[in-house]
Amino acid sequence: MSTQETFLPDLDGQVPSARGYFGEFGGKFVPEALVAAIDQVAEEYEKAKSDPEFAAQLNDLLVNYTGRPSALTEVKRFAEHAGGARVFLKREDLNHTGSHKINNVLGQALLTKRMGKTRVIAETGAGQHGVATATACALLDLECVVYMGEVDTQRQALNVARMRMLGADVVPVASGSRTLKDAINEAFRDWVANVDNTHYLLGTVAGPHPFPVMVRDFHRVIGVEARRQIQERTGRLPDAVVACVGGGSNAIGLFHAFIPDAGVRLVGLEAGGHGVDSGEHAATLTAGEPGVLHGSRSYVLQDEDGQIVEPYSISAGLDYPGIGPEHSWLKDSGRAEYRAVTDADAMEALRLLSRTEGIIPAIESAHALAGALELGKELGPDGLMVVNLSGRGDKDMDTAARYFGLYNGSQEGK
Amino acid sequence: MSVRDLSSVLAAAKAENRAALVGYLPAGFPTIGDGVRAVTAMIEGGCDIVEIGLPHSDPVLDGPVIQTADDIALRQGVRIADVLRTVKEVTAAGAPVLVMTYWNPVDRYGVERFAAELAAAGGAGAILPDLPVEEADLWRGAADKYGLATVFVVAPSNRDERLAKITAAGTGFVYAASLMGVTGTRRSVGAQAEDLVRRTRATTDLPVCVGLGVSNAEQAAEVAGFADGVIVGSAFVKRLLDAEDVETGLAGVRELAGELAKGVRSRA
Ligand SMILES: Cc1ncc(COP(=O)(O)O)c(C=O)c1O
Repeated sequence: MSTQETFLPDLDGQVPSARGYFGEFGGKFVPEALVAAIDQVAEEYEKAKSDPEFAAQLNDLLVNYTGRPSALTEVKRFAEHAGGARVFLKREDLNHTGSHKINNVLGQALLTKRMGKTRVIAETGAGQHGVATATACALLDLECVVYMGEVDTQRQALNVARMRMLGADVVPVASGSRTLKDAINEAFRDWVANVDNTHYLLGTVAGPHPFPVMVRDFHRVIGVEARRQIQERTGRLPDAVVACVGGGSNAIGLFHAFIPDAGVRLVGLEAGGHGVDSGEHAATLTAGEPGVLHGSRSYVLQDEDGQIVEPYSISAGLDYPGIGPEHSWLKDSGRAEYRAVTDADAMEALRLLSRTEGIIPAIESAHALAGALELGKELGPDGLMVVNLSGRGDKDMDTAARYFGLYNGSQEGK
Repeated sequence: MSVRDLSSVLAAAKAENRAALVGYLPAGFPTIGDGVRAVTAMIEGGCDIVEIGLPHSDPVLDGPVIQTADDIALRQGVRIADVLRTVKEVTAAGAPVLVMTYWNPVDRYGVERFAAELAAAGGAGAILPDLPVEEADLWRGAADKYGLATVFVVAPSNRDERLAKITAAGTGFVYAASLMGVTGTRRSVGAQAEDLVRRTRATTDLPVCVGLGVSNAEQAAEVAGFADGVIVGSAFVKRLLDAEDVETGLAGVRELAGELAKGVRSRA
């Protein structure tokens, strides 16, 4: 393993444009009060990107704190249910704090220090981004406030406790749908008022430029490692790389290094909730229309008047009516494909991976697994897939226990 | 009404050696019909110009008071067509009417369509606080075509070069945010406001109106001491939210407009 592999900004990528556009998606739709702060983030990130000191600091953390590179695990018993295709899991669940989120958080936390800011705010849905942020703030001695929808503080109570244990202030948000979207709204309101000393450590590849490209660069390591690992193990590139899509950070992290490989399909799985036809879902790319939410133009779940439609998913991390602009661009250009997975299929995949491989995935990641089961049947026995296991399932045990009736001594999990 | 009527109202206030009073209320609040009455009460009470909010599901720049009002309006089912109808009905009261909203509703409705229908309803222009100049070409083209003003917001964090860029693109007046933060009433109006007005004036001949946090006559008088206009929103919304019934709320709105109108005439 070379440490060079850890932080690899995409120095000569073609997109986004100087104004932050991936095709027609992206941009910077923010109030004037935030323009100076966002410009500062962009300038500092540009400097940091080509500063060997920054790369060295970040690489040290990624290797010796996070535990990179993450393993690539072949899951043969699980694959028997996927049409016999070979399936490898990229084990972001084994990172410190239990998900991919830490890759981006460490990068932005170091950037916060470089900007001389002392306070960090973040939104969180599943609580994984909040936990990662609280962790980095403890490590680097930064004040930390995390906004979290009330629905999510309930269904991800374990992560609320973790954040508080780490010294963060967790603020439940009671407005709107009381989920991730509303937590982001509240974080923006805080940022506008406290921008002098505060960095908004956004947890996905959405938001105004430069967040989508910066967060992507911090997660590119996932795909760069996976591309090397799969070739070492199988002697070839996969037929598809597969990831769940909330705001899109773990997916773009896995996809990005494979974009030039025309033979590799990029497949994103959105939260289909109770089914896209039911209207209760968070399948933004499947059912949304272009619009502006949280600072950039991208696909959005909205009505005819441009009001945002409240999303639904059993998975707090995917329960979001927007999507990072680069995914909208990848969708429209045809380079990537996106499908919806229902709650029920995701939960079935969660149980299957637990029972066949001894790995309990996050419900978010279970959407990718469900997608892989279906895709494997399409690819057949010669197929080869890399699936991003973006996080571990500890945080979801309460939801899973209720779903499968495990608290009543039910053995339905079998 | 058009950008020209807006400018002449501001010029008339200046000629009287006073600041103009600008009042804000969201359309559809507390109901569509009573919303029209509330805006009319603001005008009759003494507002020279009014801003009608087009309620949004995700009002990222608004504090709890306007969030609550937007919520109430949206739960009543207020649509863009209702907002435009509200504009049309209140123009009868004689004050220029601006629509204030977030970019997505306009973008989704159709930029050209929105501008055309706003102008047809008698609107004088729009304030779109999450649409920075760099993204505003399409809107500005449509606004110019239909004679509508584009009022940009400037903030204390804006550096002088950026202020110049923004004011060069705006028409009607410049909206100077008195402080860094979201909408809501504040005990005192930031000292940053006067400095921002001074720096903004150095870049433009457009009138500069100050908003965010102003809620009473003393604050209005203080701001009138250095600005061309005083913008009040959350304080009007609060009168309606806190009232026991609609009639009391409307009386409260009229009364507040009257007090503020005195404030802008007694420059500190
Ligand atoms: C484990 C896990 N996977 C995926 C996501 C979804 O986010 P993104 O689409 O940005 O990867 C989350 C978000 O909370 C998460 O915790």
